[in-house]
Parts: sequence; structure tokens; C-alpha cells
Amino acid sequence: MTPRVGVITFPGSLDDKDAARAIQLVGGTYVALWHADADLHSVDAVVLPGGFSYGDYLRCGAIAKFAPVMEKLVDAANGGLPILGICNGFQILTESHLLPGALTRNDHLHFICRDQKLRIENNNSAWTSNFEIGQEILIPLKNGEGGYVADEKTLDELEGEGLVIARYIERNPNGSRRDIAGISNASGNVVGIMPHPEHAVEKLTGPTTDGLGFFTSLLKSLVNNGKVSA
Amino acid sequence: MFLRENVGFPMAIVVVDVALKPEILDPQGRAVMGALGRLGLNDVAEVRQGKQFVLSIDGEVDDAKLEQIKEIASTLLSNPVIEDFTVQVRP
Repeated sequence: MTPRVGVITFPGSLDDKDAARAIQLVGGTYVALWHADADLHSVDAVVLPGGFSYGDYLRCGAIAKFAPVMEKLVDAANGGLPILGICNGFQILTESHLLPGALTRNDHLHFICRDQKLRIENNNSAWTSNFEIGQEILIPLKNGEGGYVADEKTLDELEGEGLVIARYIERNPNGSRRDIAGISNASGNVVGIMPHPEHAVEKLTGPTTDGLGFFTSLLKSLVNNGKVSA
Repeated sequence: MFLRENVGFPMAIVVVDVALKPEILDPQGRAVMGALGRLGLNDVAEVRQGKQFVLSIDGEVDDAKLEQIKEIASTLLSNPVIEDFTVQVRP
């Protein structure tokens, strides 16, 4: 049985089909989930895609957190369901308090779109287990509100517990505290990342195929947890 | 002929102001401050940009309604991780 990976589409989501393609490339089955449908349709994992849910009105991700599907997702997250939030999806995860901190306006105020080098800092999460710690990857980054902020105590906890999964290297593109590009929750099933692994899965369209590692990691963790057979 | 359909029903205005917490960098406020200097206002030490929500409520705002609005201010209208808010009933 191949793993069923849901991708939630909100009004204004942009990268849901890219995420679906990445899931299919590693052998998963894409399940379309809809913001207004309060049902996760028995998926084995969920991706919250990039884009501008609800036009980014109010704050990025703020309105999405009250979508009918999100109540189910929060329960499922607390029950251990693997969830990856990319860009706007990361913003939705912090707004929903599934991950600490917040994403704020880039310190230089410009929208940025470029290939960004990252260093993987944690390979214990459901979405990073196929990487080596210290591995450098290059994947696209595109955001206007990607500055990761949290109070010093929260930042110290994230560092102390090894929950920073990836850091920007060579240059910090948006003023993120401590160069944080992505974080995980304590149990490792919920991960948020600002750059876009799903845009680096094929040589034709991406700078690398480094993004595949997030999706192969998911499959590995589902097999290890006995959710699907190898 | 009768332009105001709600004549006889009191309207209350509740104003929710949302501001970034002091320790959070406000790049928009900083950009506005740069423009102030170019307009000749040079003695401004800092500009912080916020948001204001004006809720026009049908009927009166009692304590229960005010509590409900405060709850919404802390969950939807503001993000308590980075923002503070105030709620005022406008007389």
C-alpha cells in the first residue's frame, strides 16, 4: 500500500500541485484536501502548501487557521500525524500554535525570490531523517514575510532541544532570528520550513533535487512506524 | 424615504487597536520614519505601525459581549506571539 499524503488547498494556495508532484515522485499517493471540508480522509501525512491563503489578509495564515479542516488537523498533529508546512504553510502552523514563534515582514521589506543555501541541523524529524546533519542543500526561497521571530527563551529552547531543522547559510535573506529557516515540534512530526523543497525535486525545473529528501524522509518514517509497508 | 433602517436600535462602536510588541522589529514603521525625514519632520525618534479594527455592533455591548470581543482580539485580530492589543468601547 502506498502512503496517502494529503495536501490542503486553501483559497489563494499556489504550490499545492507542486507539493502533489513531489509526493508522487517519491512514490506516494496525492490526496487533495479542501479547506472547507472538515475531514482528513484517512491520510498518512499532510502538506500545508505555499501561497497566499485568504490573500494574506490580516496576517499570513491568520484566517486559514479557522478553516474547518484545521480543527481536524490540529487534533491529528497532536496525535502524531506527520505535517509539513512550507512557506505559507509554515505561517499557518505558527498561527495555529502547532509550532512556536511567528513569521514577520522581511527586515528589508522586499519580496525575495532566489535559490537559497541551507544547512540541515536536525535529522530526527519525520521530514528530515534522510539527510545528514550538516548537509548543505540548495532550494528556492520566495517570500515577503519570512522573518522568523520568537522571544529569546523560545529561541533558546529550540536550540537546546535541537528543534531547528535548517538554517540559512552564507546570507540571511529576511532577518530571521538566529538564521532559522525551519523548525520542528518536540515530537518531530510537525515541521515548518520557509524555503520550498517541493520546487527542487526535478532537474528540469529546480536548481537541484535536494528537496526530495523531505519527501523520502516522510516515506521512511511512515515505513518505520508501520503505517505503510516498504 | 427611510434611509436608516435601524432607527431605534442603538449602535455601539468597539475599537480594537493592534500593535507589534515593543521588542519586535517593525520594518514598515522604520520605512515610514525614513519618509518623515524627507518631509522635513526630523525630530521623530521612532514610528511604530499598527492596525485598527472598528466593529459596529447592533445593540448594546454588555460585559459578555465585551469578553467575546476580547477573546476574538486575542485569537484572530492579533497574534499574541508578536502583538499586543487594546479594546475600547467608543461612547
